[in-house]
Amino acid sequence: MRRRVFFSLACAALGSRALPSAAQKFQPPQDITPMILEITGGVLPEKGGVEVELPLIVENGNAVPLRIRVQSPMTARDHVKAIHVFAERNPRPKVASFHLGPRSGRAEIFARVRLAGTQTVTVLAEFSDGSFRIGPRDVLVTSAACMDEASL
Amino acid sequence: MILGKIQVAPAVKRGDAFEVKVLIQHPMETGFRRDLDGHAIALNIVDKLWCTYGGSEVFRAELGSGVSANPYVTFFVLAGESGELAVSWTDDRGQQGRATATVSVA
Repeated sequence: MRRRVFFSLACAALGSRALPSAAQKFQPPQDITPMILEITGGVLPEKGGVEVELPLIVENGNAVPLRIRVQSPMTARDHVKAIHVFAERNPRPKVASFHLGPRSGRAEIFARVRLAGTQTVTVLAEFSDGSFRIGPRDVLVTSAACMDEASL
Repeated sequence: MILGKIQVAPAVKRGDAFEVKVLIQHPMETGFRRDLDGHAIALNIVDKLWCTYGGSEVFRAELGSGVSANPYVTFFVLAGESGELAVSWTDDRGQQGRATATVSVA
């Protein structure tokens, strides 16, 4: 009886600790707030106005289609200046920056990105009047990019 | 020379935004991968991309290692005058590439 209790406890401990933590150890989410604050100049932007289109479930993190639409009239007085993309679990969280202007006509970008695991992708939009908006988007990645490093 | 191509609509209306599709042939090595002997493969990415139209820059992007191999990026440009639209890119080793398309504005 004691042996059975011991085994069940040991299995529970191993099961709950070894497997999920090993998976998470590979690339823990990093805090991208400092990177956002560096661009915004210390202001934490509000959510909204930034539409981030990603698949619900990503089967291959090496090429994830990402479409970004920012609500803006894109006139000379009121336009999106830049769009920054962050992926908190990537080894280098800053994925890309796109610089737009009134001659873009539409604040819409498409790119294929790498995602190292299930995470929140954050898109930061910088407007011509100096304001910022963010659009966080959760994405489920079943097979992450950069699997090579996982075995090291 | 880094190969790549761009695509725009054959004809666009003045004042409309048209999509520019850019596809570049590049491995976008992250620097985190290893070859069969276990040696690290050096970082090599296309880190800058810019688009000129009507004599001035209309779009610019800084890409990181989080962009997929063979980068595919699309963006919009407002149709002004008919003319040449050029997209250029460089990687972190100074290799360059360029593609052009003729925009005919109706």
